[in-house]
Order: sequence, then C-alpha cells, then structure tokens
Amino acid sequence: MSEYIVEMEHIVKEFPGVKALDDVSFNLKAGEVMALLGENGAGKSTLVKILSGVYTRTSGTVTVFGQPVGDVTPKKAQEMGVSIIHQELNMCQHLTVAENIFLGREVTKSGVLSEREMNRRAAEILGKLNIDIKPTEVVGNLAVSKQQMVEIAKALSFNAKVLIMDEPTSALTSKEIDDLFKLIRQIKADGCGIVYISHRLEELQHIVDRVTIMRDGKYITSGNFADFTMDQIIANMVGREIKEKFPHVECEKGREILSIEHLNAGRMVRDVSFKVYEGEIVGIAGLMGAGRTETTRAIFGVDKKESGEVVLDGKKTHIRRPADAIKAGIVLAPEDRKKDGLCTKLSIRENIALPNLDILCRKWFGVVRRKQERDMVDKAVKDLTIKLPNAEVDANSLSGGNQQKVVVGKWLARNSRVVIFDEPTRGIDVAAKVEIYHLMNQLKEQGIGVVFVSSEMPEVMGVADRIIVMCDGKITGEVYAKETSQEEILEYATRFDSKIESKIS
Amino acid sequence: MLKRFFTRRGMGQVITVTVGLVILCVVFSFMNGNFLSPMNTSNLLRQIVPFLIVGIGQSYVLITGNIDLSIGSVLGMSCMISATLMTKGINPWVAVLITFVCCIAVGFINGELVARCKLPPFIATLGTMTVARGIAQIANGNYNTGDIGTKVNADLFRDIFYRGSLFSIGKFSFYHIIWITILLWVVFNFILNKTKLGRHIYAVGSNVEAAKLSGVNVISTTTKAYIVAAICACIAGLYTCATTGNGTMDAGNTYELYAVAASVIGGVSTLGGQGLLLGTVIGAAIWGVLQNGLQFAGAPVALRNIIIGIIVVLAVLMDVVVRSGKFSFKRNKKAAPPPTGGPASGGQASKQSHTP
Repeated sequence: MSEYIVEMEHIVKEFPGVKALDDVSFNLKAGEVMALLGENGAGKSTLVKILSGVYTRTSGTVTVFGQPVGDVTPKKAQEMGVSIIHQELNMCQHLTVAENIFLGREVTKSGVLSEREMNRRAAEILGKLNIDIKPTEVVGNLAVSKQQMVEIAKALSFNAKVLIMDEPTSALTSKEIDDLFKLIRQIKADGCGIVYISHRLEELQHIVDRVTIMRDGKYITSGNFADFTMDQIIANMVGREIKEKFPHVECEKGREILSIEHLNAGRMVRDVSFKVYEGEIVGIAGLMGAGRTETTRAIFGVDKKESGEVVLDGKKTHIRRPADAIKAGIVLAPEDRKKDGLCTKLSIRENIALPNLDILCRKWFGVVRRKQERDMVDKAVKDLTIKLPNAEVDANSLSGGNQQKVVVGKWLARNSRVVIFDEPTRGIDVAAKVEIYHLMNQLKEQGIGVVFVSSEMPEVMGVADRIIVMCDGKITGEVYAKETSQEEILEYATRFDSKIESKIS
Repeated sequence: MLKRFFTRRGMGQVITVTVGLVILCVVFSFMNGNFLSPMNTSNLLRQIVPFLIVGIGQSYVLITGNIDLSIGSVLGMSCMISATLMTKGINPWVAVLITFVCCIAVGFINGELVARCKLPPFIATLGTMTVARGIAQIANGNYNTGDIGTKVNADLFRDIFYRGSLFSIGKFSFYHIIWITILLWVVFNFILNKTKLGRHIYAVGSNVEAAKLSGVNVISTTTKAYIVAAICACIAGLYTCATTGNGTMDAGNTYELYAVAASVIGGVSTLGGQGLLLGTVIGAAIWGVLQNGLQFAGAPVALRNIIIGIIVVLAVLMDVVVRSGKFSFKRNKKAAPPPTGGPASGGQASKQSHTP
C-alpha cells in the first residue's frame, strides 16, 4: 500500500461549455495538513467536491486507502471516511449538538429515541477532542466557531480519516482561530489527513505541511510548504500572462459621473469611497467575501445604507430602493443570475421588459404597449446577439451565457448613467465573455460609467482601466490596470485586519 | 394570432382540463338527459359564478406566490354587512359602497401583513379570516338578518346580483350576474396580461429578488393582489346576499379553498409566477359541473364530496407529473422548442428523447 491515503490522478471535470478541471492530480498522506491553493475559479472547490461526491468526474482515477473507487456519492464518500466542512455550515440550527451529531443515524431503544445515550456518546466524542460544548446545547445558540467544531466532531464521529476544510477561518476571530488550529493539530496527530483551503496565506505557516497549487483548473505544482517562499506561492497561483483575449479600448477620461462617499452598510461595506469618470471602466477586485457584491447592492438600494452619500453628476441622490436608483440612472446587473437576475419562469420578452415597464407603459392604467415592447426586445436580442428560438421561451431554457446576456440586455434597453456589472462572466464560455467585454467597452465609449466587479484577476486587469481592491468590506488599494501586477492586487486583496498578530510577533 | 394563443405559457394545462370538462359534461348528460337542458345550463352557470369570482381573486394572490385564506370570510362579511345595512333602512347602493370599503380594508391589511411585515401568508390570512368571520357575526348581533327588502326597495339590487336577466332564449336566461362575472373576468384578465401591474404580479411570484432588483415595488404589488382578492370576495358576497334575500353569518364558509381548487385545477401554480385566468374559468366550471352534475345524478352529499376531492387531487397530480418531465405527453412538442443557444436542462433533454 502506498503512503498516500488519497490519490487523485488525471482528474478531468467538464461542465456544459466549461472545462473546470483539466488533468489535475492530487494526493494526501495520513497525518498531514495539505493546503490546496489557487485563485477564485482555479478549481479547488470542484476538486474537493469530486472527492466528497458532490460532483462526478468526467475522467481520471481516485484511490482512497489504496482502493480505486468508481463514482462517488456523498454517502459513499462518508463511508470511505471523507468528510467536508463547508464554508457555510450545514447544521440544523434548532436541534441540539447531540441531535445534529447523530442526525440520520439516531440511536433508538425499541423504536424510541434514546436521548441519554446520544448525549453520552456525543459528550464522549467532544471530550476526546477537548471541545468544551454541552451536547444538550441548541446549535443555533452557539458561536459560529463552536458550530464549526461541532461539525468537525460530527465528521469524526463517522470515523472520518480525510477531512476537507473550505475556508474554515473566514468567519473566526483570532482567539477562535487559535482554538481551531489546536484542534486541527490534534486530529492530525490522530492520523487524519486534512485538506485545507484558504485564501489567507499568512495563516498557512502555523498549520500547513504541504501545498498543492492550482490555476485555471490545472495542476501547477506541489511540495513541502517549507520549500516555498510566500512570493513563490503567489507567483504560482497567478503566474500566467494575460493573453490578448481582453479587448481594451482607449478613451479620453472625462468628467466625474458617480461618486460614492463614505458608504457604510453592515459588516461587509465599511467606509467605501470611490469615483467613476466618463470614459473609463472601474474594476472592483478582491477575494470572495470581500464585500464587493454587498457594496454594489448598497449603492443600488437593495440593502439598507447606514451612512454615506451617492453623488451622481454632481447631485446628491437619495436611493432607498432599486426603483430610485433606476430612475436616477444607476443600474445593476447582479451576480447570481438565477437568484437575483432572472424570473426563470417568465419569458425572455417579459424579463427584458420588466425593469423598463415605466418606459413601455401608457400613462393610462399602465397598459403595456406591445409594439414598443417587441421592438425593445428585438433590439436587445439583436444588439447582444442572444441566441434563442423566439422571445417567448422561458428564461430557464437558455444556456448560461445567453441568460447572462438577457440580464445585461434588460438594463441596456434604457438610458442609464452608470451600469454596474457584478461578475457578469461567471460560468459562461469564453466567446460569450468576450461579447460582454465588448459591450462594456461600447458603454465606456458612449460616456456611460461602468463599474465591473470580478473575481478573475486577469479579466479585471485586462478590461478595467482603474481597479479598486477590496478586502474584508474595506477598500485596501486602488491601482491603474496598466501599471499594476497580479501580485500587487493579490497583496491588497489579502490585507486583512490581522487576526493573528500575536503569533507572528 | 391563434397560434400565439395556443402556445402561451400554461396553456397546456388549460387545454387538458378543458378536455376534462367536456368529458364530464358528456358523462353527466348521458346519466341524465336534462343535464344540458337550457334551464339547467343557465342554473349551472349561475352556480359556477361564485366559484369563478373568488377563483379570480385567489389566482391573483397565488400568482404572486402567496395565498389568501380570508376570502370565504370576507365573502361572509360582505353578505352580512350589506344585508344588515339594508335591513336598517339604508339605501342599497350606499350599503354596497360601505361593504366595498370594508372588504378592501381587509385586503389591504392582508397585503401589508404579508408584504411589509413579512408574515407567512398562511398565518396572516388565517388571522384575518377569523377576524372577518367575527365581524360577519357581530354585524347583526350574532343573528342572521331578516329579509333585506322590508325597509328599503331591494328589488333592483336583487335583480342585478341574482334574479334579473338581460334576455332569455327559450328557457335559457342570460342573468345579469353572468354578465357581471364576464365583465369582471375581462377586466381582471386585461390587468393581469396587458398592464404593468399584471407583469409585476407575475414577476414577484416568479422571483421576488429579481423583481426587486428590477425596480418592482414588491410591497405595493402584493398588496394590490390581495385587494383584488378582497374585491372579488366582496362581489361574491353581494351575490350570495341577493340570492337568499337575507344575510347569513356562515356564508362563504370554506370558499377560500374552493377558490384555491378552481385556480389550481386551471393550472395556476401555488408556488407563484404561473397561471392563466382562462384556466381559472375552466377550473371553476369543473367544480360547478361536478357539484351540479352529481346532485342531478342523485348522488348523496357525502359521496359528492369524496368524488370531488379525488378529482381535484388527480387534476393537479396529472399536472405535476407532466411538468416533472418523467412522463411523455403531447405538451412537450411545443413546450420544448429546440434550444439553439447551448445546452438545455436535463429535464428537457430527457423529455425530448421520449418524444417519438
């Protein structure tokens, strides 16, 4: 038997139109912490989802404890001893710790739940891990860090030997991270292998033994953590040249269109200020959970603003709800098209017309003018080259790229001053991406302010003129696309309020 | 034009249930030759009317993705308030006006509770349902009212809402109430299909977040849908009052559920975003035909209830099975046009493979 408890070789995973993983290999030894590193969209999550049975691989081999395994289902993964702790925890908030740990395999005595037995066994498991939580506590009352520990305990109660942790520290305080690391070291000493995914590179030195680096769905390198410098790791994560797939148009920078001043909205938008000028595309870069989407939502009036001003063309604009923003001329093409962008049960025509009904309707009783509506839809379909059988089909039936074009198209049908694109190219193929870039360039040429939120660094560097970098709800840097490097942006993007200062000193 | 009519979204279920309705009519007229006689037909239409009116209101609310359980009680409230006022000597038309104001107030409260206060619609309207029934009982001091015509001349009121007919062909009478219902349906169908409000109602039911991000005022849209439901319940209440000639406290009991049945049989989705008022007409007609036909055939009340219950569940079950795509059915041919732009969803692909 080889020394590896998990070996994944030549893994390929294709989604319709996208190759998410391309010949990726990965291995894990017992009793080590393996960091899986890469930018957003590098394929880390896809890889671990294949290991934990959420996705089925297109090709490649997976060997667990020396046994080759075929198609993995979540249940089978659990039986093999592979457990995953997601960033968003999967717990029943209203049940107790013990009830959660034994969910789905409750201990019964002649058909009746045996609370006492479950509580006793849960206490045993928690005790072994030195976790100080009462089994009878209701999970929803626990702090997030404690819930996470319960989830780890639950995983180990299944005799998990491979524990995958996806961004486990993103919601924790420095003290809690210390506790978590202590727990990880203990599990490691018990012979478990741990796959550790994190964007917080500064944490790695405290816990990680080896690293595997991925980029663009491909395996790049792996080795002992001690053999890499931090610079080498970053270089490997981003190290690709930007190919000429990002069309860029030069424009004269005109007058100021939009100015956001000291915007505050919740924990994820803290004192955000920036300006947008005519003839430029402002990119907003950052890692997942940096507060970019929250910022756009606050500007657009979806979420409540605590303080701050939106100044449009020199005038203070009060935006309390999206309708106010649309009226003022600020529109938002949201990130998650299925959740926020489209009414999937309605037709393309109805979707494109929806935000523009104020233009399309007669004053009298708000009757929709069919002809104008059809003209608007036809124009949007033509301008954006949306491929569809006819405008009456459900939005659901289109491919991702065409759906995205509908989301964008419904906003371009009206004259706006500022268009905010939140991750407009997520999950769509390269050709469709380029069309979206062209569209943004057209808007820029027309003197419309374009704000472009993106997690893909080459994209934001290729398309935007100026890039604002966010981290943890704050703007941590502002750079010109032409003068910057991915390393610089990544450095700004990981400039967290240091949570583990005490340990470094 | 005709093609557009038949390929509209949700038309599949409407066509299916229309076929069902025709079959039911044929079966009942075989069982009793007089079922489709002119007299019974005009009575039958009048029997369908209240189901259809409340069905229209419920459809509006269901399409926004909510439910209104207070419809039956508002019907009772409308019946009792208008009757009480008339027996106290108030002019019928003033009474009707006051009744409308009261009912609309309930609809407004429903909408505010659901949309602004974010109460689950089931709970919020369960509350107003109970309150409205209480008001119906209080209206005349916990008694049904006497004849509404004793102090005022209620003949015109009763003519319009029940007895009167514009003209008759033999024994087939076109009662005023049938015209009123048709007018009501035309107006509300127009609003739902041709106006901004109608679009907003569908959008809210299909995806609240996307609607909100498109600048739709979700609160006012939802409230308007509940007000439509209350207006419909109010008119159905006036009809009930005119029919019996007095106010009855438990008028409209369980009508909210008949309204759900009429809507759902006709293809309105309880999850929101889908449905046509044309379907609601057919749904209400099936409901009325079953009641009338089984009565005509001499089936006892208990048996009627059992049969109707089973048929409602079957009608909806059939729709669910067809929609899930596990079952190949004629609808697929037009429901799944060849998607040119990229991959179709798995469900559709499997559906297509079943189609010969």
